[in-house]
Amino acid sequence: MPGSLILFYVAAAFVLSGGIGVVVSKNIVYCAFSLLVSMIGIAGVFLLAFAEFLALVQILIYGGAVVIVILFALMLTRIEDFRDISDNRNRPLALVISLGLLAMLIASLVRTPTPQGDQSAVSMVELGESLFTDWAIPFEVASLVLLVALVGAIVIVRRDAGDEEQGDPS
Amino acid sequence: MISLAHFQVLAYILFCLGIYGVLARKSTVLVLMSIELMLNAVNINLIGYSAFGSFGGSHTALGQVIIVFVITIAAAELALAIAIILRLYRERRSVNVDEIDLLKG
Repeated sequence: MPGSLILFYVAAAFVLSGGIGVVVSKNIVYCAFSLLVSMIGIAGVFLLAFAEFLALVQILIYGGAVVIVILFALMLTRIEDFRDISDNRNRPLALVISLGLLAMLIASLVRTPTPQGDQSAVSMVELGESLFTDWAIPFEVASLVLLVALVGAIVIVRRDAGDEEQGDPS
Repeated sequence: MISLAHFQVLAYILFCLGIYGVLARKSTVLVLMSIELMLNAVNINLIGYSAFGSFGGSHTALGQVIIVFVITIAAAELALAIAIILRLYRERRSVNVDEIDLLKG
Protein backbone atom coordinates (compact mmCIF):
# COMPACT_ATOMS: atom_id res chain seq x y z
CA MET A 1 0.00 0.00 0.00
CA PRO A 2 1.58 3.30 -1.01
CA GLY A 3 2.29 5.90 1.64
CA SER A 4 -0.14 8.48 0.29
CA LEU A 5 -3.02 6.02 0.60
CA ILE A 6 -2.11 5.28 4.23
CA LEU A 7 -2.01 9.02 4.94
CA PHE A 8 -5.40 9.42 3.25
CA TYR A 9 -6.90 6.70 5.45
CA VAL A 10 -5.45 8.37 8.55
CA ALA A 11 -6.98 11.72 7.53
CA ALA A 12 -10.29 10.03 6.69
CA ALA A 13 -10.28 8.35 10.11
CA PHE A 14 -9.85 11.79 11.72
CA VAL A 15 -12.66 13.26 9.60
CA LEU A 16 -15.13 10.44 10.22
CA SER A 17 -14.40 9.95 13.92
CA GLY A 18 -14.85 13.67 14.43
CA GLY A 19 -18.07 13.65 12.41
CA ILE A 20 -19.47 10.71 14.36
CA GLY A 21 -18.51 12.47 17.58
CA VAL A 22 -20.46 15.56 16.50
CA VAL A 23 -23.65 13.64 15.80
CA VAL A 24 -23.66 11.09 18.66
CA SER A 25 -21.91 12.70 21.63
CA LYS A 26 -24.12 13.57 24.60
CA ASN A 27 -21.90 16.36 25.90
CA ILE A 28 -22.24 19.42 23.70
CA VAL A 29 -18.72 20.67 24.45
CA TYR A 30 -17.31 17.33 23.28
CA CYS A 31 -19.34 17.84 20.08
CA ALA A 32 -17.55 21.15 19.48
CA PHE A 33 -14.14 19.55 19.96
CA SER A 34 -15.12 16.62 17.73
CA LEU A 35 -15.93 19.22 15.06
CA LEU A 36 -12.40 20.59 15.54
CA VAL A 37 -10.90 17.09 15.02
CA SER A 38 -12.99 16.65 11.88
CA MET A 39 -11.90 20.02 10.45
CA ILE A 40 -8.20 19.28 11.08
CA GLY A 41 -8.70 15.95 9.26
CA ILE A 42 -10.25 17.79 6.32
CA ALA A 43 -7.19 20.04 6.20
CA GLY A 44 -5.17 16.83 5.88
CA VAL A 45 -7.37 15.69 3.01
CA PHE A 46 -6.79 19.04 1.27
CA LEU A 47 -3.03 18.59 1.71
CA LEU A 48 -3.23 15.12 0.13
CA ALA A 49 -4.97 16.72 -2.87
CA PHE A 50 -2.03 19.19 -3.10
CA ALA A 51 -4.20 22.16 -2.12
CA GLU A 52 -1.92 23.64 0.52
CA PHE A 53 -3.59 27.08 0.48
CA LEU A 54 -6.97 25.53 1.22
CA ALA A 55 -5.49 23.40 4.01
CA LEU A 56 -4.12 26.58 5.57
CA VAL A 57 -7.47 28.37 5.19
CA GLN A 58 -9.29 25.34 6.61
CA ILE A 59 -7.17 25.32 9.78
CA LEU A 60 -7.38 29.13 10.17
CA ILE A 61 -11.12 29.53 9.55
CA TYR A 62 -12.64 26.27 10.73
CA GLY A 63 -10.06 25.17 13.29
CA GLY A 64 -9.74 28.67 14.65
CA ALA A 65 -12.69 30.92 14.04
CA VAL A 66 -15.67 28.60 13.58
CA VAL A 67 -15.04 26.32 16.56
CA ILE A 68 -14.30 29.31 18.81
CA VAL A 69 -17.49 31.08 17.67
CA ILE A 70 -19.53 27.92 18.32
CA LEU A 71 -17.98 27.60 21.79
CA PHE A 72 -18.91 31.25 22.44
CA ALA A 73 -22.47 30.50 21.34
CA LEU A 74 -22.58 27.56 23.77
CA MET A 75 -21.28 29.77 26.55
CA LEU A 76 -23.73 32.63 25.86
CA THR A 77 -26.82 30.42 25.48
CA ARG A 78 -25.97 28.62 28.75
CA ILE A 79 -27.80 25.40 28.04
CA GLU A 80 -28.50 23.94 31.48
CA ASP A 81 -28.24 20.25 30.59
CA PHE A 82 -25.23 20.61 28.30
CA ARG A 83 -23.73 17.39 29.69
CA ASP A 84 -26.69 15.30 28.67
CA ILE A 85 -28.18 16.48 25.38
CA SER A 86 -31.08 14.32 24.27
CA ASP A 87 -31.94 13.69 20.63
CA ASN A 88 -35.13 14.44 18.79
CA ARG A 89 -37.87 11.86 18.83
CA ASN A 90 -37.59 11.36 15.05
CA ARG A 91 -34.13 9.86 15.43
CA PRO A 92 -34.97 6.47 13.80
CA LEU A 93 -36.39 8.33 10.80
CA ALA A 94 -33.18 10.38 10.58
CA LEU A 95 -31.13 7.17 10.66
CA VAL A 96 -33.22 5.66 7.86
CA ILE A 97 -33.01 8.80 5.71
CA SER A 98 -29.27 9.24 6.09
CA LEU A 99 -28.46 5.56 5.48
CA GLY A 100 -30.81 5.51 2.49
CA LEU A 101 -29.15 8.60 1.04
CA LEU A 102 -25.72 7.02 1.58
CA ALA A 103 -26.79 3.82 -0.18
CA MET A 104 -28.21 5.86 -3.08
CA LEU A 105 -25.01 7.93 -3.41
CA ILE A 106 -22.74 4.87 -3.29
CA ALA A 107 -24.93 3.10 -5.86
CA SER A 108 -24.75 6.12 -8.16
CA LEU A 109 -20.98 6.19 -7.69
CA VAL A 110 -20.63 2.52 -8.62
CA ARG A 111 -22.83 2.86 -11.70
CA THR A 112 -21.20 6.03 -13.03
CA PRO A 113 -17.90 5.88 -14.91
CA THR A 114 -15.52 8.19 -13.08
CA PRO A 115 -12.73 10.03 -14.87
CA GLN A 116 -9.51 8.15 -14.25
CA GLY A 117 -7.13 11.04 -14.80
CA ASP A 118 -3.82 11.53 -13.06
CA GLN A 119 -3.65 13.66 -9.98
CA SER A 120 -2.84 17.23 -10.95
CA ALA A 121 -1.68 19.93 -8.59
CA VAL A 122 -2.70 23.59 -8.73
CA SER A 123 -0.02 25.85 -7.34
CA MET A 124 -0.81 28.68 -4.97
CA VAL A 125 0.37 31.20 -7.60
CA GLU A 126 -2.01 29.75 -10.16
CA LEU A 127 -4.90 29.88 -7.67
CA GLY A 128 -4.16 33.49 -6.80
CA GLU A 129 -3.93 34.55 -10.43
CA SER A 130 -7.20 32.82 -11.25
CA LEU A 131 -8.91 34.33 -8.21
CA PHE A 132 -7.85 37.89 -9.00
CA THR A 133 -8.24 37.85 -12.79
CA ASP A 134 -11.01 35.49 -13.93
CA TRP A 135 -12.94 35.57 -10.67
CA ALA A 136 -12.18 39.09 -9.45
CA ILE A 137 -15.80 40.32 -9.58
CA PRO A 138 -17.26 37.26 -7.80
CA PHE A 139 -14.50 37.65 -5.23
CA GLU A 140 -15.51 41.25 -4.55
CA VAL A 141 -19.18 40.25 -4.40
CA ALA A 142 -18.28 37.54 -1.87
CA SER A 143 -16.51 40.09 0.30
CA LEU A 144 -19.60 42.32 0.08
CA VAL A 145 -21.80 39.38 1.11
CA LEU A 146 -19.54 38.78 4.09
CA LEU A 147 -19.73 42.44 5.11
CA VAL A 148 -23.53 42.51 4.80
CA ALA A 149 -23.83 39.27 6.78
CA LEU A 150 -21.68 40.60 9.60
CA VAL A 151 -23.59 43.90 9.76
CA GLY A 152 -26.84 41.92 9.68
CA ALA A 153 -25.61 39.73 12.53
CA ILE A 154 -24.91 42.82 14.62
CA VAL A 155 -28.35 44.25 13.82
CA ILE A 156 -30.05 40.98 14.79
CA VAL A 157 -28.27 40.65 18.13
CA ARG A 158 -28.48 44.35 19.08
CA ARG A 159 -31.08 45.20 21.68
CA ASP A 160 -33.90 47.35 20.34
CA ALA A 161 -34.31 50.93 21.53
CA GLY A 162 -37.50 49.88 23.33
CA ASP A 163 -35.65 47.20 25.27
CA GLU A 164 -33.07 49.69 26.47
CA GLU A 165 -35.73 52.07 27.75
CA GLN A 166 -37.43 49.22 29.58
CA GLY A 167 -34.17 48.10 31.16
CA ASP A 168 -33.30 51.64 32.22
CA PRO A 169 -34.67 52.33 35.73
CA SER A 170 -34.68 56.14 35.44
CA MET B 1 -2.67 5.30 -5.11
CA ILE B 2 -5.40 7.72 -4.10
CA SER B 3 -8.22 7.87 -6.63
CA LEU B 4 -11.23 10.09 -7.09
CA ALA B 5 -13.48 7.40 -5.59
CA HIS B 6 -11.73 7.72 -2.21
CA PHE B 7 -12.59 11.41 -1.99
CA GLN B 8 -16.13 10.77 -3.14
CA VAL B 9 -16.85 8.01 -0.64
CA LEU B 10 -15.42 10.09 2.21
CA ALA B 11 -17.52 13.07 1.16
CA TYR B 12 -20.69 10.95 0.91
CA ILE B 13 -20.25 9.42 4.36
CA LEU B 14 -19.56 12.82 5.93
CA PHE B 15 -22.57 14.37 4.16
CA CYS B 16 -24.86 11.61 5.45
CA LEU B 17 -23.50 12.08 8.97
CA GLY B 18 -24.42 15.75 8.62
CA ILE B 19 -27.93 14.90 7.41
CA TYR B 20 -28.38 12.58 10.37
CA GLY B 21 -27.20 15.29 12.75
CA VAL B 22 -29.54 17.91 11.29
CA LEU B 23 -32.56 15.61 11.54
CA ALA B 24 -31.85 13.91 14.87
CA ARG B 25 -30.34 16.62 17.07
CA LYS B 26 -32.39 18.84 19.31
CA SER B 27 -30.12 21.78 20.11
CA THR B 28 -29.86 24.48 17.44
CA VAL B 29 -26.11 24.77 17.94
CA LEU B 30 -25.70 21.06 17.20
CA VAL B 31 -27.83 21.41 14.06
CA LEU B 32 -25.50 24.23 13.03
CA MET B 33 -22.43 22.03 13.58
CA SER B 34 -24.01 19.30 11.43
CA ILE B 35 -24.59 21.85 8.66
CA GLU B 36 -20.89 22.72 8.84
CA LEU B 37 -20.11 19.02 8.41
CA MET B 38 -22.26 18.92 5.27
CA LEU B 39 -20.57 22.01 3.82
CA ASN B 40 -17.18 20.41 4.41
CA ALA B 41 -18.33 17.19 2.74
CA VAL B 42 -19.16 19.27 -0.33
CA ASN B 43 -15.67 20.78 -0.15
CA ILE B 44 -14.06 17.32 -0.06
CA ASN B 45 -16.06 16.30 -3.12
CA LEU B 46 -14.99 19.47 -4.96
CA ILE B 47 -11.32 19.06 -4.11
CA GLY B 48 -11.48 15.48 -5.39
CA TYR B 49 -12.82 16.60 -8.74
CA SER B 50 -10.37 19.50 -8.79
CA ALA B 51 -7.40 17.18 -8.27
CA PHE B 52 -8.47 14.41 -10.67
CA GLY B 53 -10.70 16.06 -13.23
CA SER B 54 -9.18 17.50 -16.37
CA PHE B 55 -10.79 20.88 -16.96
CA GLY B 56 -8.21 22.01 -19.46
CA GLY B 57 -7.33 25.47 -20.58
CA SER B 58 -7.52 28.30 -18.12
CA HIS B 59 -9.83 26.58 -15.65
CA THR B 60 -7.38 24.36 -13.79
CA ALA B 61 -7.86 26.30 -10.56
CA LEU B 62 -11.66 26.42 -10.81
CA GLY B 63 -12.32 23.74 -8.18
CA GLN B 64 -10.20 25.48 -5.57
CA VAL B 65 -11.74 28.87 -6.40
CA ILE B 66 -15.21 27.43 -5.79
CA ILE B 67 -14.04 26.01 -2.44
CA VAL B 68 -12.78 29.47 -1.43
CA PHE B 69 -16.25 30.85 -2.16
CA VAL B 70 -17.96 28.01 -0.27
CA ILE B 71 -15.80 28.70 2.79
CA THR B 72 -16.62 32.44 2.57
CA ILE B 73 -20.36 31.84 2.38
CA ALA B 74 -20.12 29.26 5.18
CA ALA B 75 -18.46 31.86 7.40
CA ALA B 76 -21.20 34.41 6.62
CA GLU B 77 -23.88 31.80 7.28
CA LEU B 78 -22.28 30.86 10.60
CA ALA B 79 -22.18 34.49 11.77
CA LEU B 80 -25.86 35.00 10.94
CA ALA B 81 -26.88 31.67 12.47
CA ILE B 82 -25.09 32.41 15.73
CA ALA B 83 -26.74 35.85 15.84
CA ILE B 84 -30.17 34.26 15.33
CA ILE B 85 -29.45 31.65 18.04
CA LEU B 86 -28.43 34.32 20.55
CA ARG B 87 -31.54 36.37 19.75
CA LEU B 88 -33.69 33.27 20.06
CA TYR B 89 -32.19 32.45 23.43
CA ARG B 90 -32.91 35.96 24.64
CA GLU B 91 -36.52 35.91 23.47
CA ARG B 92 -37.48 32.32 24.32
CA ARG B 93 -34.90 31.16 26.93
CA SER B 94 -34.43 28.01 24.87
CA VAL B 95 -32.52 26.92 21.78
CA ASN B 96 -34.22 23.56 21.23
CA VAL B 97 -35.73 23.16 17.78
CA ASP B 98 -38.80 21.35 19.19
CA GLU B 99 -39.82 24.35 21.25
CA ILE B 100 -39.51 26.90 18.44
CA ASP B 101 -42.96 26.46 16.89
CA LEU B 102 -44.12 30.05 16.34
CA LEU B 103 -44.89 29.37 12.69
CA LYS B 104 -46.76 26.13 13.38
CA GLY B 105 -50.38 26.43 12.32
